[in-house]
Amino acid sequence: MPQILTLALAKGRILDETLPLLAAAGIHPSIDPDTSRQLILPTNHREIRLVVVRSSDVSTYVQYGGADLGVAGKDVLLEHGGEGLYEPLDLHIARCRLMLAKRIDADKIHGRLRIATKYANITRRYFATQGRQVEIIKLYGSMELAPLVGLADYIVDVVDTGNTLRANGLVPIEPPLAHSSARLVINRAAMKMKHAPIKALVHGLGKVVAARQGQPQLQRTSQQSWSISDA
Amino acid sequence: MAIDDRWLLPDGIEELLPPEARRLESLRQALLSLYDSWGYEQVIPPFVEFLESLLTGTGNDLDLQTFKLTDQLSGRLLGVRADMTPQVARIDAHLRRDALTRFCYMGTVLRTRGDGFGGSRSPIQVGAELYGHDGYESDVEILRLMLQTLAVAGLAEVHLDLGHVAIYRGLARQAALTQEQERLLFDALQRKALPEIQEQLHSYTLGTAMREMLLALAELHGGEDVLDSAAYILREAPRDVQQALATLRQTAAAVRRQEPDLPIHCDLAELRGYHYHTGLVFAAYVPGYGQAVAKGGRYDGIARVFGHARPATGFSADLRTLLALSATREASPTGIFAPEQEDPALEHCIAALRRNGTRVIRALPGARADPLELGCDRILSKHDGVWRVEPLNADS
Repeated sequence: MPQILTLALAKGRILDETLPLLAAAGIHPSIDPDTSRQLILPTNHREIRLVVVRSSDVSTYVQYGGADLGVAGKDVLLEHGGEGLYEPLDLHIARCRLMLAKRIDADKIHGRLRIATKYANITRRYFATQGRQVEIIKLYGSMELAPLVGLADYIVDVVDTGNTLRANGLVPIEPPLAHSSARLVINRAAMKMKHAPIKALVHGLGKVVAARQGQPQLQRTSQQSWSISDA
Repeated sequence: MAIDDRWLLPDGIEELLPPEARRLESLRQALLSLYDSWGYEQVIPPFVEFLESLLTGTGNDLDLQTFKLTDQLSGRLLGVRADMTPQVARIDAHLRRDALTRFCYMGTVLRTRGDGFGGSRSPIQVGAELYGHDGYESDVEILRLMLQTLAVAGLAEVHLDLGHVAIYRGLARQAALTQEQERLLFDALQRKALPEIQEQLHSYTLGTAMREMLLALAELHGGEDVLDSAAYILREAPRDVQQALATLRQTAAAVRRQEPDLPIHCDLAELRGYHYHTGLVFAAYVPGYGQAVAKGGRYDGIARVFGHARPATGFSADLRTLLALSATREASPTGIFAPEQEDPALEHCIAALRRNGTRVIRALPGARADPLELGCDRILSKHDGVWRVEPLNADS
């Protein structure tokens, strides 16, 4: 009996940037995910199907085995603690930086900082390493607004080009808290029980990513011969 | 609390109702008699004990998982057990036996946070431990008992996962990693996060051979042939690593001889319970469930802190999980319906049936009772002054 592999993808940027990778590895969804309302998408491989979920849900689906594999941003994994997941491959897509930003005209702040973010855990850990006690204000979007209306002193958010920050009179503070890119994550039990097809898929995607990066795959030529011998 | 909410149970705390409770109980009995037939004696450790003895030698994870309360009599902290293994190890250490000891146990444990799927915080832990033997043969015995447990519970298509924590431990020691480096690398290895592992290894001062070996660990997983690759890749590793790998191969080969059809997966970066285990680690998986259904391994160190160091190996599982995944469905119990009237002959007849283990349900005056709804398929009725069991006729 062929083992079915379920791959969870996050709607939005990750989905848009993962589909070309999958296509280069020879995996095409049979239905256009942009127009379909179906949440389970079959592919040209009968044993591979895609599910489309919210980005913060990918690790939950994969952790509990609702999907065998998934593509999740490192920022989301850091925030939601991708416990019990394998993350063997950096896909080098959906790259962004997690940055602290403040109003361009902000005065020096004394006492406890108020920080608006949707990355509450990462922010708390970051300031803990800095030895600073901060007040975290959990928001779900439009973080840039918070300092402008006096809700927070700083924000922590993902920054791609920095245009949104500038347009709202905010400046990012270097260096970034973290660099993020999308990772292939794998359920532990699936890795053990569906080892051959998963290793083949990881290997296929690894080759595509390496080719795009213009480097030999993960600098690992010496072990290639054994690592996929059973795929 | 609103009156409407009074029936609510805390998150992750569950009760079992008929017919599930009956299924659980019969599985419980079947497992205990299985362990008995293998010579494992049951111990019943207390539900609470002094926190220090519960947490001795187990590390931080269990501390966070343990509910604590103050003992009004001694003023000391008590812990509600979150894992029974340390309790059983304490019992064994305290007995100070030198002979082989085989123990089994079953009981509810309580956890501050649910870690499994569905997040149960009150698993019913069942397991077996073998003390006093340090060869791989005792690991194999425990492993087979775990597989037998899953078979009795009616779990199909079991997959076995094997690893050995001394391989990474030995390499890390040889590489002279600092405690912090070892922890970071351990964390990345647990996630098989190759990009991070590479980055870390390149930032440490290591010989090329050592770097290659540590990097290889993350990819040394797959069928039993992985162990052959490992033997080649780790050929220059220190003696204790070679020894650990040899033990792993012996174990895998022994299991293969005894369970020819069992899918075996080997994973050299499987470091579950790294701070606790000292040798072989193993886990069982079944399709459709994203986490291990039973797990165990060798933990030779724990008894030392109780003052009687000796080798130990064991496994445990959650009875609730086993029950939920079980494919066996018992037929619901049947019984005999008896009328309410007072009659010494009837009493005698009912008592005789009950002595034989037959379920007899008595009607009560004034209560409308449908024998079918009570699960009865027979009825006691009187013919010519004699009480007889007759099949229940649905239309009568």
